[in-house]
Amino acid sequence: MDNNKNWIDQRFPLTKVWNEHLAEYYTPRNFNFWYFFGSLAMLVLVIQIVSGIFLAMHYKPDAALAFASVEYIMRDVDWGWLIRYIHSTGASAFFIVIYLHMYRGLLYGSYKAPRELIWVIGMVLYIALMAEAFMGYVLPWGQMSYWGAKVIINLFGSFPIVGELILEFILGDYAVGDPVLNRFFSLHVIAIPLILVILVFMHIVALHTVGSNNPDGVEIKQNKDKNGIPKDGIPFHPYYSVKDIMGVVVFLMIFSSIVFFAPAMNGYFLEAPNYIEANPLKTPDHIAPLWYLTPFYSVLRAIPPMFGSQLPGVLAMFAALLILIALPWLDRSKVKSIRYRSWPYKVALGIFVVSFIILGWLGMQAVTPLYSLMAQIFTGLYFAFFILMPWFTSIGKTKPVPERTTEH
Amino acid sequence: MSEQEIDLKKRRFLTGATSVVGAVGVGFVLVPFLSSWMPSARAKAAGAPVDVDITKLENGQLVRVLWRKKPVWIFRRDKTVLDNLPTLNSELTDPDNTEDQQPAYAKNAHRSINPEIAVIIGICTHLGCSPTYRPEVGAADLGGDAWKGGFYCPCHGSKFDLSGRVYKGVPAPTNLVIPPYHFVTDSLIRLGIDPKAS
Repeated sequence: MDNNKNWIDQRFPLTKVWNEHLAEYYTPRNFNFWYFFGSLAMLVLVIQIVSGIFLAMHYKPDAALAFASVEYIMRDVDWGWLIRYIHSTGASAFFIVIYLHMYRGLLYGSYKAPRELIWVIGMVLYIALMAEAFMGYVLPWGQMSYWGAKVIINLFGSFPIVGELILEFILGDYAVGDPVLNRFFSLHVIAIPLILVILVFMHIVALHTVGSNNPDGVEIKQNKDKNGIPKDGIPFHPYYSVKDIMGVVVFLMIFSSIVFFAPAMNGYFLEAPNYIEANPLKTPDHIAPLWYLTPFYSVLRAIPPMFGSQLPGVLAMFAALLILIALPWLDRSKVKSIRYRSWPYKVALGIFVVSFIILGWLGMQAVTPLYSLMAQIFTGLYFAFFILMPWFTSIGKTKPVPERTTEH
Repeated sequence: MSEQEIDLKKRRFLTGATSVVGAVGVGFVLVPFLSSWMPSARAKAAGAPVDVDITKLENGQLVRVLWRKKPVWIFRRDKTVLDNLPTLNSELTDPDNTEDQQPAYAKNAHRSINPEIAVIIGICTHLGCSPTYRPEVGAADLGGDAWKGGFYCPCHGSKFDLSGRVYKGVPAPTNLVIPPYHFVTDSLIRLGIDPKAS
């Protein structure tokens, strides 16, 4: 056994990698519930890749065949319905897990120095995931696929001068049709997943270089024992690998309940009009993106056209997404964790989260004058969180941060 | 945490138990994924029995029917052909159909239910080409007078007689396969389903 290990170690750093990232990767001992979502996001990525591989074996990326091939998967392929529901539920589960993972970052200041790059890589991951989800939603070639694709792609047409050119470039045609479906399939099954996997690898390498933050926002590496091991650190394996398995078990229980009993989730995970084949002559009565994109869709609709152009709304939507990347440099607070932050930050974070959720809800509703006004107010609050952050993170009295992690 | 406090036996049990439960779970998940590779309902429907009407099939005439994406030959043999079959026995690899290449009801001298009507899957047992129908007796390119009619595979030169039995000294190892079939009426064959009696 030892001989085999030596033989491999001389040729591949097996033991070194195992120790650096698992057995001797020291993790703060005070992780709580919020720290499940990083490993769960990786689990969902694996679920999506595996179920996606099997769906691609039966799916036809052709505008004339796509819709029927999805119905073929649902009705004729043995267990095809299960594989497809796993994949569609996985898409929503991915965003639930990622939103909770990001919220954890906001709660405990995980994006603050020295972890800015982890946050930036994570945000690029988030944007890539949105593109992946959007393109995946086009593939079934139902009414929502078609009209959703049309609306989102048309956003790029609002750029002055080059708009028309960009549209034709994306579409490979003069309208949404077979070419765009075919290229979205290629991007969805190989290009973006490849980028996601590479980014996840970078995200973890960056994390393991600086070490994990924790609910107290204490740097455990500043307190080491005589062996150079952080006093508040415990090896990731077996302590957190076991804890994460327990998170996985709970997650899979909820996940499979949805897959088996409510895969459409009352229209939130799978929309009814998408069971009607794409028809370029008729827009569905009500069209909304899936829930995980609606906050940004609300921002888009909240900004009225100016100078006869949709551009301001489109720019606001992209800004709402990109401004998240700047978070590490907007936060001027000396403490990381919400536990020791001043009250203005707590209030601002609360308003931000509520605004995000309400924007998400508004994005699913039909437009009325009241809802438009609400969308404008909450869009304002959304941006205010970032624009005013340098100010509200530097005022108010913070609590003293302890030397060591605390126990509850 | 000193070494003494760690109950290694308990730890080993828990690790083992978790691994076993996990492996069972993975096993269950594998079932739907692997079975999605099996023929789908559509493929099974496409492999459904095929009915062939042979009312107009003349003596010596051969029709090719597609059953489960395989060519099936149905042809009518006269008495001369049937009488010739036993005379070839010494030149054949398996004249008595000992290999399991046909249903029990076709394990006879003429390899068919009705002696006159032959039903054979037209796929060479060597590498899967479809042999050509060469019924003419004494064809010069196939051995002259010794040739009593049969099938010749253009891919690697395997030869079969008019009941699908393979000749000696050719690449194909076994006789051609007889599919399951039965007669619904005297002139209607249903490919894919055995006769009720068997």
